[in-house]
Amino acid sequence: MNFKLKIWRQKNSTDKGRFVEYLVKNISPDASFLEMLDVLNVELTRRGEEPVAFDHDCREGICGSCGIMINGRAHGPGHGAATCELRMRAFQDNETIVAEPWRAKPFPVLRDLVVDRSSFDRIMVAGGYISAKTGGVPDGNAIPISKPIADQAMDAAACIGCGACVAACPNSSAMLFVAAKVSHLALLPQGQPERKSRVERMVAQMDAEGFGNCSNNYACEAECPKEISVSNIARMNTEYILAKIR
Amino acid sequence: MKLNSKIPDGPIEKKWDNHRFNLKLVNPANKRKYTIIVVGTGLAGASAAASLGELGYNVLSFSYHESPRRAHSIAAQGGINAPKNYSNDGDSIWRLFYDTVKGGDYRAREANVYRLAQVSGSIIDQCVAQGVPFARDYAGYLDNRSFGGAQVSRTFYARGQTGQQLLLGAYSALCRQMDVGKVKFFARREMLDVVVIDGQARGVICRNLVTGAIEPYVGDAVVLATGGYGNVFYLSTNAKASNATAIWRAYKRGAAFGNPCYTQIHPTCIPQSGEYQSKLTLMSESLRNDGRIWVPKKKGDTRKPEDIPESERDYYLERIYPAFGNLVPRDVASRAAKRMCDDGYGVGSTGRAVYLDFGAAIKRLGKNVIEERYGNLFDMYHEISAEDPYRTPMRIYPAVHYTMGGLWVDYNLMSSIPGMYVVGEANFSDHGANRLGASALMQGLADGYFVLPYTIGDYLATSKFKQVSAEEASFKETQREVGHYVKKMVSINGKKSAEEFHRELGKIMWDNVGMGRNKAGLKKALAKIPKLREEFWSNLKIVGTASELNMELEKAGRVADFLELGELLAYDALHREESCGGHFREEHQTEEGEAKRNDAKFSYVAAWEYAGANKAPILNKEQLKFEYVKPSQRSYK
Repeated sequence: MNFKLKIWRQKNSTDKGRFVEYLVKNISPDASFLEMLDVLNVELTRRGEEPVAFDHDCREGICGSCGIMINGRAHGPGHGAATCELRMRAFQDNETIVAEPWRAKPFPVLRDLVVDRSSFDRIMVAGGYISAKTGGVPDGNAIPISKPIADQAMDAAACIGCGACVAACPNSSAMLFVAAKVSHLALLPQGQPERKSRVERMVAQMDAEGFGNCSNNYACEAECPKEISVSNIARMNTEYILAKIR
Repeated sequence: MKLNSKIPDGPIEKKWDNHRFNLKLVNPANKRKYTIIVVGTGLAGASAAASLGELGYNVLSFSYHESPRRAHSIAAQGGINAPKNYSNDGDSIWRLFYDTVKGGDYRAREANVYRLAQVSGSIIDQCVAQGVPFARDYAGYLDNRSFGGAQVSRTFYARGQTGQQLLLGAYSALCRQMDVGKVKFFARREMLDVVVIDGQARGVICRNLVTGAIEPYVGDAVVLATGGYGNVFYLSTNAKASNATAIWRAYKRGAAFGNPCYTQIHPTCIPQSGEYQSKLTLMSESLRNDGRIWVPKKKGDTRKPEDIPESERDYYLERIYPAFGNLVPRDVASRAAKRMCDDGYGVGSTGRAVYLDFGAAIKRLGKNVIEERYGNLFDMYHEISAEDPYRTPMRIYPAVHYTMGGLWVDYNLMSSIPGMYVVGEANFSDHGANRLGASALMQGLADGYFVLPYTIGDYLATSKFKQVSAEEASFKETQREVGHYVKKMVSINGKKSAEEFHRELGKIMWDNVGMGRNKAGLKKALAKIPKLREEFWSNLKIVGTASELNMELEKAGRVADFLELGELLAYDALHREESCGGHFREEHQTEEGEAKRNDAKFSYVAAWEYAGANKAPILNKEQLKFEYVKPSQRSYK
């Protein structure tokens, strides 16, 4: 397959950035989107042009490193898959494909398609944990957890922290990311002692980073590679209100 | 070099307890006077950094990723072992110890393995307390499943994302320490050298991957938790950035490298489909719980798998190994698949694949149960192959997955450089010549949560430290060397990209040092690798500069080290004139094609010592003693 690519090129965080067009030829429909970029990069290197920088690592949809806005959609066409899982058979032959970095103020572009998502880490540092000291804990089976609750917690905990929710949201809201962690820990008995302070602190940090609010657009759920439900946002809102009024 | 494994005296059940009592302690008020550098934030690194921070040490944590949570432990799927005996099927610490020593083909240290089995139960407790959502049964208790090489169900799991959930647990513990200021995290920093002063590891030199600055960091001890070197084969199930640079630079500064030839080929991966392919994808071993592996009985049978009747299928693992069936250890399953394909029974367009079939399990348990157990893996397979594994069997083939070899460490997990510790996959310690499934997560977390925090205190309490700053001559000198090395690489200005060199190296490694190895092939690899390395240093092309975010430069640095490590790997494989676990020398096999050890000659750890550029490495031997598990020909029949 052949494609015309329009890729965002930006040298560093202060550079203005622009789209540059490239042609790639003879790409197998079974190649992944990132493998197609690999082919382009080897070609660019041969020509003495700077290869396109993009974050990636596991290439099986679990590390959360990759994240490219493809034809205006976070992680491209399809559902429930990260950019690395996207295969070129999802596109038409000779299609023009536009590739951009995540666009959000709290995710400054470092280079080309690479953004800085350390704001997510700072939200997690603000209480996104259970304070269980190494060693001082009871036997695993001393805390029975009903299967439906454990399953719901797992659904929320499946978040890979890629930032697609933010990129897809017209408000650049990180609510789905934060709510996934708040839900995961609020659902479990182990998470109860720090339940209130956790949601308060994480939301405060989320606001301080400059993420927007939720206006029930649901684009986050639609583009989430792990299909995390927006019902977690409702749960977080409830948790937040309860924490504030009690 | 004199290797002292420091295995404590006494009966094996008491060794760790006695040793812990004998370790010197650092008084709580003094812990804040020490700084510990931890490189890597996977299961071993994150758990170590968090636990050390909790104890009161100042921890500097480094990752070449943007966040600790991106470390490759995240991709582990199947589960983590612990002999809790929750399944009431006769499990015990002793049984896990025995299975692991046997599974490793009698090439691991008994004392280390026993300790691992002992502390593994605490890992599960710790993870549950952190909120890891392990699978539960309807009573709310923890569920278990079976894994290869064991006849009990001792594997705890969180769907097919156990590694992710355990890493997020360790990451949350790390975040907590970052929150209270005991751990300082440095993102996008790649360790390029270790600084040794007066014989002690006192710091590291990192490249800031965003600005290109070469930065020195000073500490009282250095912990490497930088993972394995499977990417020396180019195509592997490792993440793209996984590399050997940190351990390789440490090797060149005096750390012995243990058993580099012990590499694990995982039996259930999605087969390679084209030349463009950048990595291979693993399908969890847990699939072998319910999936049955087969090939057609007729050579070159091109019928669709669903059109081949039961009577014309060869369920070869069940046939050859009736006791363990589809759950034989990884090395055995991989070699059996290779043999079947070599003999012409392979399936798929390349003939390099076998079927993993869930038809019978779906009939027996229903699609829902299979979906609940393996849903995300089936989706992943579907996504990649565009085939629906609920309807048609998966096609699988072995791929490089894990490296049992790594830097040599003593019982305290300290390398042969005093003050430098190595944890997780980066060390060589607990898996012998073959790792059992669901044991990597166990070892990484055991090292980080429950072993290193004790042993490192003994070193700090009993060593003298001179005041050191980054202005010290040794730091300046190493910093200069690293800067020079990076600049040299950028200025070659040849014609070939690092990616192309990596692919070529990978092909040499897979063809000659892969699943089956022989003298002629290994010699060929040893002739080809130095030539390729020479070409690399004269014909590499990196566009851009060293003083900016330059991913080609990062890649090139890693490939440069693989080009050296690959040679040591082949060298070790050539010297080890026996077959054991994942190291299969075709000259040494039983009549049935199983690995044939030579205990009289090779019951030792090969700890290689760097002797200088273009000089043959020096072999040091640590003899292995088996007092509790008697080495025998492994049998899974």
